[in-house]
Amino acid sequence: MNFPLPSLLTTSADNPWSYLAFLAIGFAFGYVLEISGFGNSQKLAAQFYFTELTVLKVMFGAIVTAMALIFTMVGLGILDYGQIYVNTTYLWPMIVGGLIMGVGFIIGGFCPGTSLVGMVTGKLDALFFVLGVLFGIFLFGETEIYFDHWWQNSGYLGRFTLMDWLNLPTGVVVTLVVAMALFMFWGAEQLERLFGKRDLAKEPKLRLAGGAALLAVAVGVILIGSPTTEQKYARLAPAKDAALANRETQIVPAELFHTMYDNTLQLVMLDVRSEADYNLFHLRGARRISPAEVKTLVPELIAHAAPNRVIVVMSNDETAATEAWKTLVAEAVPNVYILEGGVNNWLAFFGKDELAITPTPSAPPETLRFAFAAALGDRYEASAPSPIEYEALEYEPKIKLQLQRDKSGGGCG
Amino acid sequence: MTALTQSKPITLKDRLSALFRRPAKDYAHPYTGGLLLGLVLFAAFFFTGNGLGASGGLNRYLVLVEDAIAPEHVDRTPYLLKLAGGDKNPLDDWVVMVVVGAMIGGFVAGWLNGRLKIETNKGPNITARQRWFFAFLGGAIMGYGARMARGCTSGLALSGGAVLSVGAWAFMFAVFGGAYMLAYFVRKLWL
Repeated sequence: MNFPLPSLLTTSADNPWSYLAFLAIGFAFGYVLEISGFGNSQKLAAQFYFTELTVLKVMFGAIVTAMALIFTMVGLGILDYGQIYVNTTYLWPMIVGGLIMGVGFIIGGFCPGTSLVGMVTGKLDALFFVLGVLFGIFLFGETEIYFDHWWQNSGYLGRFTLMDWLNLPTGVVVTLVVAMALFMFWGAEQLERLFGKRDLAKEPKLRLAGGAALLAVAVGVILIGSPTTEQKYARLAPAKDAALANRETQIVPAELFHTMYDNTLQLVMLDVRSEADYNLFHLRGARRISPAEVKTLVPELIAHAAPNRVIVVMSNDETAATEAWKTLVAEAVPNVYILEGGVNNWLAFFGKDELAITPTPSAPPETLRFAFAAALGDRYEASAPSPIEYEALEYEPKIKLQLQRDKSGGGCG
Repeated sequence: MTALTQSKPITLKDRLSALFRRPAKDYAHPYTGGLLLGLVLFAAFFFTGNGLGASGGLNRYLVLVEDAIAPEHVDRTPYLLKLAGGDKNPLDDWVVMVVVGAMIGGFVAGWLNGRLKIETNKGPNITARQRWFFAFLGGAIMGYGARMARGCTSGLALSGGAVLSVGAWAFMFAVFGGAYMLAYFVRKLWL
């Protein structure tokens, strides 16, 4: 079984269980917030006067616990990190929004999640806070138009993780974060001792064991390492090999041609042939990448994934393109297709009337079966056939946009 | 509750008021709370690929109301358009169910632990009315900031932090930074 469960990636009326699953998660979330004391604004505000650092302990405790477990599962190949929603980074709106929220936190005494819990347990200040949040959200919706460009673009880094930023392996980052959290816990306890007059001797000794266990799991993540592309594909192989065999992912030249002129789609064409073949002839707009380098494109393709982006890989026939397809699919890049029959098939259809392109039938597989008058690259007519000339083409469309994990309003929905 | 049943038949009102008169238990130890919250967060990511959230859910309920009152206005405002433009249903999102669940879960936890109580938590030097005013003000500031940052403490700091998003970590330090910078000046509200 692959996790996360594909049926739960989004809620939909077709799958009523998804509603129940998110309801159950929400229930556990609210329950834990309440028993941690997060329904009480004074307990939350105490964080900022150093008397009781519950907020920091619970938040960082939760983050490092979840992180250690998530990346252990990712390392073991049970959980697919590519399918997990990593909040898209819009650096400046996030920093400015964070500062504003901090101000709201110390004035209002809650954050949106905790105020809901406070409200349902009868705290009147929480009720007023919730009303305030709704008013603030309303104001944002009405005023966003005045700084839309800044909000949409400033510091946009896409799906950008600490691993990408620090250029360190996942396990090392996880260990560093755990170490930082443990240091902060220690610091928090010292502050509570000094400002809150708390007797540390009365604290449970078990917490030391817990800290050691966390550190051990983090080091374990380093030792497991990350699954290779081959391992990732092996997990998906049953479904994906069937899709390949059923020709679900190979699109005919006519469909690619229509996609080129479809303004609702963002087409990325990857040409994995040799540089010589590429220089002889390629489709206009196709980007050449050697098969060995396909993997290096993954971070860029993941970071800037758009729900309407379609990637089509092509080689002279299909073999090399299929290998590239497998790499991209294993790395969870969405909407990847193969050009059926490759560039040879494209030329057989769109190049048949062009005098400078002549067929040379007897050639081994994955080589160009056409001869060209000159290495014109994309300046042949067949590189970008006229949409007027080929207006009505019949084919069975195969491109189906996968549902993206993109959320219009960010992580909080 | 058995004592109540002896003398006279229990009315709904008795049952309701009994909810608020259970003996209050202590809160969980912060590290226990952190561990449990971490397990919930992990389960959310493990099964659904999504973390937790709150302000986004509130946002969607609000937009639902706005769309019912002034659909043309929603269709003209870029931010609202994305959530409820045309025939889009703003409630069509996982976070909406999480918010409902969180309210039920919070209520049940409060009930089981005897912490359901109509009250106003505030510092000793302000009145309840002042506290309500500042709660509303703080809430409005927080709601505005949360939408600007594209997430709140749960949806961005907690969820994004656990999956190591750079923006989420920058946001988290900004929240603590903003609160600590102002804390001294508003100490009268709390101390």
